[in-house]
Amino acid sequence: MAIASNTKTPAASRATGGIRVALIGCSHRTAPVELRERVAFTAEQALDAAGELRRRGILEEAVVLSTCNRSELYGVPAATDSAVTEEMEEFLTSFHGISRTELDGRLYRWEGTDAVRHLYRVAAGLDSMLLGEAEILGQLRTAYGQALDHGSTGPVLNRAFQGALEVGKRVRAETEVGARPMSVALAGTKLAERVFGNLKGHAALIVGAGAVAEQVVEHLRSRGIGNLRVVNRSHDHATELAQRMGGEAVRWELLEKVLAAPDIIVTSVSSTGPVLTREMLDRSIAARGGRPVFVVDLGVPRNVAPESAGLYNLYLYNIDDLGEIVEQNKRAREAEIPRVEAIIIEHIAKFEAWRAALQAGSIVEDLRGRFRKHREVLLRERLAEMKDLSPEERQRLSSITEELIERVLDEPAERLRNAREMRGRLGAIEALRHLFGIDRDSGKGGKGGGGE
Amino acid sequence: MLNHMGYVSLALYAASFLVYARLLYAPKIWLGRLATLLLAGGIVAHYFALLERSMGTHTVPYDDLYGSMSLFAWLLGLTYLGLELFHRQRSVGAFVTLLLFAWMAILGWLAPHEMPSLPPARGPLFAFHVTLNTWAYAAFALSFVLSIVYLVQDRVLRSHRPGAAFWRFPALDVLDRMSRSSVFVGLAALAFGVASGLVWEHRLTGMYAWGDPKVIVTLLIVGVYIAYLFLSRTSGWRGARAARICTLNFAIVLFSYTLVNLYLTRFHRFF
Repeated sequence: MAIASNTKTPAASRATGGIRVALIGCSHRTAPVELRERVAFTAEQALDAAGELRRRGILEEAVVLSTCNRSELYGVPAATDSAVTEEMEEFLTSFHGISRTELDGRLYRWEGTDAVRHLYRVAAGLDSMLLGEAEILGQLRTAYGQALDHGSTGPVLNRAFQGALEVGKRVRAETEVGARPMSVALAGTKLAERVFGNLKGHAALIVGAGAVAEQVVEHLRSRGIGNLRVVNRSHDHATELAQRMGGEAVRWELLEKVLAAPDIIVTSVSSTGPVLTREMLDRSIAARGGRPVFVVDLGVPRNVAPESAGLYNLYLYNIDDLGEIVEQNKRAREAEIPRVEAIIIEHIAKFEAWRAALQAGSIVEDLRGRFRKHREVLLRERLAEMKDLSPEERQRLSSITEELIERVLDEPAERLRNAREMRGRLGAIEALRHLFGIDRDSGKGGKGGGGE
Repeated sequence: MLNHMGYVSLALYAASFLVYARLLYAPKIWLGRLATLLLAGGIVAHYFALLERSMGTHTVPYDDLYGSMSLFAWLLGLTYLGLELFHRQRSVGAFVTLLLFAWMAILGWLAPHEMPSLPPARGPLFAFHVTLNTWAYAAFALSFVLSIVYLVQDRVLRSHRPGAAFWRFPALDVLDRMSRSSVFVGLAALAFGVASGLVWEHRLTGMYAWGDPKVIVTLLIVGVYIAYLFLSRTSGWRGARAARICTLNFAIVLFSYTLVNLYLTRFHRFF
């Protein structure tokens, strides 16, 4: 992804001084999956939509973020029209051919600081279905990268999205919000890593196969597990599963014989009593020279005799143990939310400071333009009355008035630059706009940021 | 009071501990390399601190408690660095560097202001003997730390109640392999150390002091650590039981390093 430059002054700020981010969208929090899938964008559609929003003059910059849990349009309005989210909503419904009534109460609309805050919360994983999950950061990076390459972003969204990526990175590095496993399958795999370290080259045996067992296998596979065997009462089913999982099917009758080989055993069989008894496991550990075995029992009723937990070098976790760990981890992640919020607040302040600095530059430019216009009119009127002035004297007068404008503007520009408090700086900018009627002058009234 | 390089090494050990600890939370390659680099820097600075002291006493600094403890810490750091590079595993770095830092900080507090008086000249063979034996003790201390971490990790795994730190701890297999490697290093150093001591003594007196308590306890140490290496690969013993043996073995090392040296032996009373 190319690093975008933030040095250009946005056209919106040049025109009116209003630099703001606007957002509309729906997520798992506001809309059911039936609606979310109707407003979802493919990668190509996301770029088309961003381009179209700009072509129609609704947005000057645009990024579309679409995942299975959310569809969001981010943009910088081409004008400081407070109705931009209305126009974005109109666009969204027409793009997907949905009536507005279907989206009633399902869409959220944020502007200014609130929109940036939402973006940062999304990047941090605070708005995700699974608190703190990391996948959203990759999806955000991809959506932004594609929009950047496509040319639909500009300095404001570049700044906002780069800030979001930074927030996401910091949150995962500095807090525990995304650190611990949040699913039973991942918890089982992570626990196995606590025993064996790197799982590459280790052997696993899957006894039966439920949905969670398949998830465990996926995690094991992604960690480079070596030998994978599948045992099931129905050999055909075992063969099918083994093919799907990339392992080897073993007949049920051979279960005890193959028990000695695996370092990790995952059981998920429907049975009335234990499939693996303490004696079977004891013999298998002895056969493997006492090397440790990690057993995940996902069956209900339990597939592994509970007294096996006392066997030396056997680590047994059942579905409740893993469920309890996941609950603990969930609570631990929730306890990290204030730290995440603090990082978000810090980055919002940085974004606002950048926005204020840009606006400070733009207001001086606006004032200079306004003064020059008055100067030209005044000079034209007065010089017409002073016919005895030579061309040199007229030129001199013109230079003096130009210098006067620069001197008048020098001090406020310096003060704005040096304002320590970002809030104070923004206040001063708004006061200047009001005092000189710049907003009125532009004919597009309304304040800069909706969140202010 | 530490010398200048002693303070530099203390600061570098502290910095490497902080980076190793950070690495547990953010496993990034560059952070790992930085931690190793800081540790290596600390070891180099520590070497120069020892060298400065050696130049004052004209021998390896083992004749006073401070010098001996400082040499021990340096060899512990060096052994760990070697194991880390050999096993390509940094997850125990935080534990070892914390120990190093604490050890050096205590030393800085204990260290005498003045240099020790010149020890009698005993020759390079004797210096090898003491240095190698100290190295062996340092390696055994490292295996002790690794075994303790192993036992804690094993207990947490069995309790089914992993806390926040659990997910950051090194894996049992890693701890086991590093502990064994450390004992290998210790045994090799001890073998050469004992051999050089025996040769030195024979040259001096024409006899071997097999009956000296220090020699007997040292041979016992060799025996128990060989037993550990054997049992740690034996069915029914590998794992937590072997780790327990390793921690018990270190109790004998401590006994040899302290009580035997101070009260029981005739030949090994240095300070």
